Amino acid sequence: MLNFILKRLGLAVLVALTVSAISFSLLFMAGDPAAALAGEQATDVDIEAIRRLYGFDRPMIVQYWEWLSRALQGDFGESYYFRLPVADLIMERLSITMTLGVCGISFALLTAVPLGVVAAIRPNSLIDRFALFLSVMGQAMPSFWFGLMMIVVFSIQLNWLPPSGTKTWVHFIMPTIVLGYYAMPAIMRLTRAGMLDVLGSDYIRTARAKGAGEGRVLFKHALRNAIIPVVSLAAVQMGFMLGGSIVVESIFALHGAGYLAWESIGRNDLPTVQALILVFSMFYIVFTFLSDVLNAWLDPRIRVA
Amino acid sequence: MSEPVLSVRNLRLDIPIGAGTLHAVRGIDFDLDRGETLCIVGESGSGKSLTSLAIMDLLGKRIERKADKLVFDGTDLTKAGARKMRALRGDRMAMIFQEPMTSLNPAYTIGDQLMEALLLHRKVGKAEARRRAVELLEKVGITGAERRLSQYPHQLSGGLRQRVMIAMALMCEPELIIADEPTTALDVTIQAQILRLLVDLTREMNVAMILITHDLGVVARVADKVAVMYAGELVEAGTAKKVFDAPMHPYTRGLLRCIPVPGKTERGSELGSIPGIVPSLVGEVSGCVFRTRCEEATEACRGEIPFRESADGRHNFRCVHEAGRRAGVEEPA
Repeated sequence: MLNFILKRLGLAVLVALTVSAISFSLLFMAGDPAAALAGEQATDVDIEAIRRLYGFDRPMIVQYWEWLSRALQGDFGESYYFRLPVADLIMERLSITMTLGVCGISFALLTAVPLGVVAAIRPNSLIDRFALFLSVMGQAMPSFWFGLMMIVVFSIQLNWLPPSGTKTWVHFIMPTIVLGYYAMPAIMRLTRAGMLDVLGSDYIRTARAKGAGEGRVLFKHALRNAIIPVVSLAAVQMGFMLGGSIVVESIFALHGAGYLAWESIGRNDLPTVQALILVFSMFYIVFTFLSDVLNAWLDPRIRVA
Repeated sequence: MSEPVLSVRNLRLDIPIGAGTLHAVRGIDFDLDRGETLCIVGESGSGKSLTSLAIMDLLGKRIERKADKLVFDGTDLTKAGARKMRALRGDRMAMIFQEPMTSLNPAYTIGDQLMEALLLHRKVGKAEARRRAVELLEKVGITGAERRLSQYPHQLSGGLRQRVMIAMALMCEPELIIADEPTTALDVTIQAQILRLLVDLTREMNVAMILITHDLGVVARVADKVAVMYAGELVEAGTAKKVFDAPMHPYTRGLLRCIPVPGKTERGSELGSIPGIVPSLVGEVSGCVFRTRCEEATEACRGEIPFRESADGRHNFRCVHEAGRRAGVEEPA
């Protein structure tokens, strides 16, 4: 098991390095950073001066090394727009995004897994149809529309929930549902398919032949095996929720990291974009690593790989 | 003679399907005494496995089970509820399946799965269950039993896994073990070992066994009683000696011609085969199901077929012909 964890950890570090190189090179893919900084009225001399000032004239590898070693110490440079350290900017916004992401994935898992299990126990039953209906709805409705509809119903007409802001936990209810509902269908269907598959397997019959009760068969013998692909999917969804919750953050005016990324792209605030891409990628890498470890704990056969 | 440990009369299994009802098993009768081995023989789809799953009450919800009598160790299984059946399964009756590679849960250790059988039915501690697991692993011939407990199924070969399955079935010292083709999925070199182990252990522990197989060589070696099934019916049943020495039903005779039996089949003689296929069992099944493939078939085979019981009840068969042969045909020399 330890061997497995170390291997995966090594792999994660390699991926992280690759991603960091890509996110660093974004700065140059977007055009000449010195020209962008200097503004539209700048002369060639001005641009050249800025190039030297920011060190853009040095070899790429040197710049990357410098950027990376500073990034590892939590220094992502200064935002072109806010004139503030990017790290502080991100930390402030990230707590909102993290809260939303954790709530969203929890909501998705807590609804999707039980629903998927029940649907698998009684395929083609009323509850299975209902679960299918919910998941089709979730897949078909765009988040922005669903979010707006929630606001129309629960904020404007019923006046139960605040439409925007982050002051209290109540503010997070609607964004959580909208974000979580987006991830729910895939998790639900994977749980259902996995359970159906596992419940038909020989070792479930063995468990029944041993005299195990239904609850034990379902939760001890079946779910542990069926949940493995769900763990991997949830990790990816979680990464997506943290990085890609821009739509939900904009609708509910939650000024999180996703929203910051969206704004920074518009403002050509490259250090911020760079840092955010790196941070979002790190989330993916960390969650993938955690899901690998969790799966290895669930299924001993994975530990060998 | 004491009460049989398992008594089955007129067991029927129906599977409702779109077009009607599939009468998968029709009218199975047998008695099994303590410590006795009954072999159920028949080709694929003859209802052998369904019959065994019906006794364990492990059929899916879609299959309807009916029986005039289904009594196991004093308990009427036709009236036993889910809770009662759960208490019996794994404790008084246990089952060994065909596929050792997939019959163990990949997520739990051998020890967990062995101990579970005991912990579910007995008020014993983990240490006691562990001790029993080690004892049985040793009994089924697994070396380093203590170490095996913490291993996972994927670390064991098929033969070892089947030994684990046998140990698991014996954890609570059951009255009855049902082994559904326990050696079919194993290497030929291992098959004989596992079978020998199973037979030795059931004899030693005085456990009755239903062994489902299509290997008549196996039957000849281990069976006390034989039940031959064809297309969901019991066509012949009796003590192994009588069925092998004097097979009455044409199907049994055909089967015996198909398979060489040590000491019975002459070297160099041609092995037989039974032409044709098993008929569909959807809808009303009338007459003899074997008549389309039977060389003894006559017009009378379309009618009611009697189940002929011998005077001592130890050799019975289902055929319209009194001796299992068309009238006027001489017994071949």
